[in-house]
Amino acid sequence: MYSLPSFATLGAMHKYSIFSLARNAMGYHEDWTEAWRSPAPQPSYDVVIVGGGGHGLATAYYLAKEHGVTKVAVLEKGWLGGGNTGRNTTIIRSNYLWDESAALYEKSLQLYEGLSRDLNYNIMLSQRGVLNLAHTEHDLKEMSRRVHAIRLNGIDSDILSPAQVKAAVPIIDISPDARYPVLGASLQKRGGVARHDAVAWGFARAADSRGVDIIQNCEVTGIRRQGGRVEGVDTTRGFIAAKKVGVVVAGHASVLADMAGLRLPIESHPLQALVSEPIKPVIHTVVMSNTVHVYVSQSDKGELVIGAGIDAYTSYAQRGSFHIIEGQMGALIELFPIFSRLRMLRQWGGIVDVCPDASPIISKTPVEGLYFNCGWGTGGFKATPGSGWVFAHTVANDAPHPIAAPFALDRFTTGALIDEHGAAAVAH
Amino acid sequence: MFLIQCPWCGPRDETEFGYGGEAHIARPAGPETLSDADWADYVFMRKNPKGVHLERWVHRHGCRRWFNMARDTYTHQVLGVYQMGEPPPGPEGGDG
Ligand SMILES: Cc1cc2nc3c(=O)[nH]c(=O)nc-3n(C[C@H](O)[C@H](O)[C@H](O)COP(=O)(O)OP(=O)(O)OC[C@H]3O[C@@H](n4cnc5c(N)ncnc54)[C@H](O)[C@@H]3O)c2cc1C
Ligand SMILES: [Zn+2]
Repeated sequence: MYSLPSFATLGAMHKYSIFSLARNAMGYHEDWTEAWRSPAPQPSYDVVIVGGGGHGLATAYYLAKEHGVTKVAVLEKGWLGGGNTGRNTTIIRSNYLWDESAALYEKSLQLYEGLSRDLNYNIMLSQRGVLNLAHTEHDLKEMSRRVHAIRLNGIDSDILSPAQVKAAVPIIDISPDARYPVLGASLQKRGGVARHDAVAWGFARAADSRGVDIIQNCEVTGIRRQGGRVEGVDTTRGFIAAKKVGVVVAGHASVLADMAGLRLPIESHPLQALVSEPIKPVIHTVVMSNTVHVYVSQSDKGELVIGAGIDAYTSYAQRGSFHIIEGQMGALIELFPIFSRLRMLRQWGGIVDVCPDASPIISKTPVEGLYFNCGWGTGGFKATPGSGWVFAHTVANDAPHPIAAPFALDRFTTGALIDEHGAAAVAH
Repeated sequence: MFLIQCPWCGPRDETEFGYGGEAHIARPAGPETLSDADWADYVFMRKNPKGVHLERWVHRHGCRRWFNMARDTYTHQVLGVYQMGEPPPGPEGGDG
């Protein structure tokens, strides 16, 4: 079946507001229009974005909005946000160590701060603060080094004493004979959480309203090249020609690179998370501990959202091994004895694209017109708008955005790595 | 959770093992003449396949010996183990 793209609906996006809510309530909520169209793919585009996660959708949105490139398609093999975007624990912060990362993650946090308004879509950003615990003398020293470096970059960052940690998180065990004594913590007040699906859907709806075609159930199976230039992509819905192709497929980056004859310094690992049964509000910030490998926040529904580090082996199975969960729950209960009788509701895994220096790759490639944005590993949700912003610029101008330049693929040849293991290994 | 067949100790729980990443990465000959790009390929670039992966494991809490394993990264099926220095079994054989 073939249907023409319905241009009639372009630009006719219905603005969400208190009035549209009231109007639709009168109609028993039966008259809401679709948030985005589902057009059949056109034979050719100026830009094809592979991957309909938050980063791909944000890239398409900023291509249309900031660079006037609207003949754009986002191709997603499954459903929007069904990859890591819809599987992550939604922690947002910008307290990274190095200047290059600070610029990138802070740009993203600033975009997040205005995003609900910009997209006309409530992404439920909650800047409830992110605490990083210190359990040893070494942790304390490392933490104060980081806090000062972060402040020098103009990013908010504070040090809390154990008593201040207890005041912020009354259920935490700070007794000196605890298995993991709390000696202090760093705090980014502007950090917090947001609703992951809403970020994907909000970008999708806003990109669609600017003319971007969002095509789900369309898997890219090949990248066609001619004389060192990209020509388009083979998909499960046929060949789609494109002047430029931006690949934003997270855990599948190496698979797509292989299609273009490129090698990447990436390994794909499972990263798991789980949620508890819902309870009344008990924890009002995000609490992370790199030393004991666990972090926790509480969702608006009341579930504890709990995460940790990756499984050691490479995988594309979207699941991991149980002992990882056992380990993180053991640590969690030492920190918060009150959680010991909670039941866990569900558990899942995503496949994260881990880079040797725990920093992303935002880059042109040796193939002209082919760009990769990947390697966000365990910590790219917080970067969703910023990543889209700099990648859209890179694709539109065929030249890296100044913030993205240090994250090019050639850093593995020059040796100019951006080592963020301390900021990104367990804490996402 | 994997059940891994240590070539020396038999089937053991995954928690006894450590993971060593891609197998058969040979240190390039003539390091003094190697280009930066070739160094980058050796040090950083990885196959990371969706499918059969030849990888190294160490029986950390057992005999503490290293060995190779062929595993499907999509199904998590363990396809076989073989000793260091041996060529990989099956269709992946001779891959170096
Ligand atoms: C359990 C877990 C917890 C996490 N917690 C945090 C956190 O607290 N904070 C944080 O900042 N980050 C966190 N992350 C990391 C974060 O989720 C990711 O870095 C980020 O969401 C990546 O977004 P993306 O759009 O690049 O990837 P994805 O959302 O994975 O999107 C990539 C899309 O590409 C599609 N695709 C793949 N191959 C093809 C193909 N051949 N053709 C077409 N489409 C294809 C996939 O289906 C997928 O939808 C976590 C991740 C996990 C798994
Ligand atoms: Zn053994």
